[in-house]
Amino acid sequence: MAGKKKRKGSKTIVNIVLGVICFIWLLPTLGLFISSFRPAADILQTGWWKAFPHQEWKAGETLQLSKDVDLREPIEVNGKTYTDEQLKAGVKADGSRLMWENRRARTINQQEQGWKMTPDLTLDNYNNVLSGKEYKLKQADGSETVQKGTGLSQAFWNTLTIAVPATVIPVLIASFAAYAFAWLRFPGRRTLFVIIIAMLVIPIQVALIPVLKDYTALGLNGSYLGIWLAHTAFGLPLVTYFMYNFISQLPKDLFESAFMDGASHFTIFSRLILPLSVPALASIGIFQFLWVWNDYLVSLIFIGNQPSVQVMSMKIADLVGSRGNDWHLLTSAAFISMLMPLAIFFLLQKYFVRGLMGGSLKG
Amino acid sequence: MGGQSQLQPQMKPQLKAKQTVSLRAVLLSLLVLIANVVVNGSIFLFFRDSTLNPLLTAVLAVLWGVLGVYLIYYTLTWAVEQYPDYVRRKVLPYIFIGPAVIILGWLLVLPALRTLYLSFFNASSEKFVGLSNYAAIFSDHLMATALRNNLLWVFVGTLACVAFGLLIAILADRSSYEKLAKSIIFMPMAISFVAAGVIWKFVYYYQPGDEQIGLLNAIVTYFGGEPQAWTSMLQPWNNFFLIIILIWMQTGFAMVIFSAAIKGVPDDILEAARVDGANEVKIFFGIMIPYISATILTVTTTIIVFTLKIFDVVMVMTGGQYDTEVVATQFYRQFFMYRNFGYGSTLAIVLLIAVLPVIIINLRQFRKQGGF
Repeated sequence: MAGKKKRKGSKTIVNIVLGVICFIWLLPTLGLFISSFRPAADILQTGWWKAFPHQEWKAGETLQLSKDVDLREPIEVNGKTYTDEQLKAGVKADGSRLMWENRRARTINQQEQGWKMTPDLTLDNYNNVLSGKEYKLKQADGSETVQKGTGLSQAFWNTLTIAVPATVIPVLIASFAAYAFAWLRFPGRRTLFVIIIAMLVIPIQVALIPVLKDYTALGLNGSYLGIWLAHTAFGLPLVTYFMYNFISQLPKDLFESAFMDGASHFTIFSRLILPLSVPALASIGIFQFLWVWNDYLVSLIFIGNQPSVQVMSMKIADLVGSRGNDWHLLTSAAFISMLMPLAIFFLLQKYFVRGLMGGSLKG
Repeated sequence: MGGQSQLQPQMKPQLKAKQTVSLRAVLLSLLVLIANVVVNGSIFLFFRDSTLNPLLTAVLAVLWGVLGVYLIYYTLTWAVEQYPDYVRRKVLPYIFIGPAVIILGWLLVLPALRTLYLSFFNASSEKFVGLSNYAAIFSDHLMATALRNNLLWVFVGTLACVAFGLLIAILADRSSYEKLAKSIIFMPMAISFVAAGVIWKFVYYYQPGDEQIGLLNAIVTYFGGEPQAWTSMLQPWNNFFLIIILIWMQTGFAMVIFSAAIKGVPDDILEAARVDGANEVKIFFGIMIPYISATILTVTTTIIVFTLKIFDVVMVMTGGQYDTEVVATQFYRQFFMYRNFGYGSTLAIVLLIAVLPVIIINLRQFRKQGGF
């Protein structure tokens, strides 16, 4: 093969280009990841890249000027003159930096550049977020009690209980509907399908208030069923659209032979369509799962603020809201909330394999 | 209707098909219906009042949610199969689409219609005002900005997401580190908007002086530039810096779907083209793009719809200040803060109208494929 060598060369280029893109994509997250290990004060004072070994000005020799130097005049140091402003900000001179050490005592520090090797990293942020922050409360009689805020673990299980059915239910319902729309014929088929697709564009905020009223009347508020149904409804248009695209592209002969064998539609669907649709189910399932997992608005409205059913995104939003700019807690909490979706992605990734259904994925 | 003839159950040899509806079948199907309502209803009540261990509740609830739905379909289909063939053929499709239609009708279509109705009324929904809300939208200065920004989001955001998604999918397909690269690009999809807001504040953070904690300004000052307030002061370019966040988050979506589609392109076609001396660029435009055109349409539609509704990114980063307002943030402001239900509803309807052309293109495509 003459082209083989050439293709090997282009593979290196591909790898390099892809590497650069990946690096750019990773950089913002890397910043969050490193920040989540830094002490609270550091996060707000220096960039996260300062956690890596880097060159930094370090205090060196102290130069004493005469006490009666007029700060409004140019100041002479080591034979060169500087203004007061320059010395306040630090001014470079012969590889070192001059800066006031004590302006009133007229001492100047001649800083040298040196490597800073020890990054100050800590697990405190994660401890605080996972187990809840400890608050020391002083009682009226002077004794101190330690109270723990609620941690993320309860919220983690709540989120999982909501997210798994809120993923499986819409995917299943949408697949049934997509199958019917694609392969069965019935009056109203076209109209109903167009309505479902049109629902793609409804901003969910439109639905929140009317649905909340119905839920309150039915006692569905704050229940698992209620939030499953809400997520199902808000996800259904996209999932149906996606599954229709896939199922309608499956080869027709598949169904014909199954019908010859006397299989019913339900059997064809659960024995033939569902297994064949695994790659599509996995991809759209991942997206629905991510959407539910990261959702804040829907949970906020239909769950309310009971701690027993609170989800992770609400906890994180609480960190933003109630603790102001507690970025150190926010960074670690954000990272913990990312773990589950990433795990799901890696678990299901094997379904995106080449040629699972030949050409059927072209839709 | 299209080239694909529909499958009909006549293909199944129905030699001994029952021709009349038996009383037994009617009673059975009623029983199935009632049993479904009673069983699921009591399970719901059980969970609402239960005081079990939360972990156990979670496991049971997941089991119910997942199995319950399947069993509803199973029992209802079973009930329908007790009927003669001609009834079954008519009823079965509605059982398949029934749950989807009911849930959507209740939780989305009705609220949407209510919104349409409200858009013809004044702020407190008491007085009918006809089309004056719609007229107000197109004469409002703030709305002009919001519409302009939304157009920016739709064009720039969608184009970049689709282009990058396709490029990365193809590069990843040919590289030796496919899994790793795809995971890295996909990762932002797994991040909530709140978390993404925190991440990008570390990129765009602005403060005067040499010491920068925002990555972008650190790079700019390192090369001797002046630090900039990327998301606030640089109007109208600040919108692009917000759109970059969307691109960063959504390209993973496009990439995963494209990647699956590219793997569906048969190898023998590609090999044949290579043997014929076509270069990779030609293969890309001549074979790949036509082959996955339906997927491109799906992904583009999804991202256009998503960017039209874009809300969280703007809300988290700027709250709509500094001329970054989009229609959805305006909607939120009018509806939930100013309590101007008429105007707010009108905005939602404008979004709906804006996306109609995209939906029509999609339906045309479905018809071409023979589905409709």
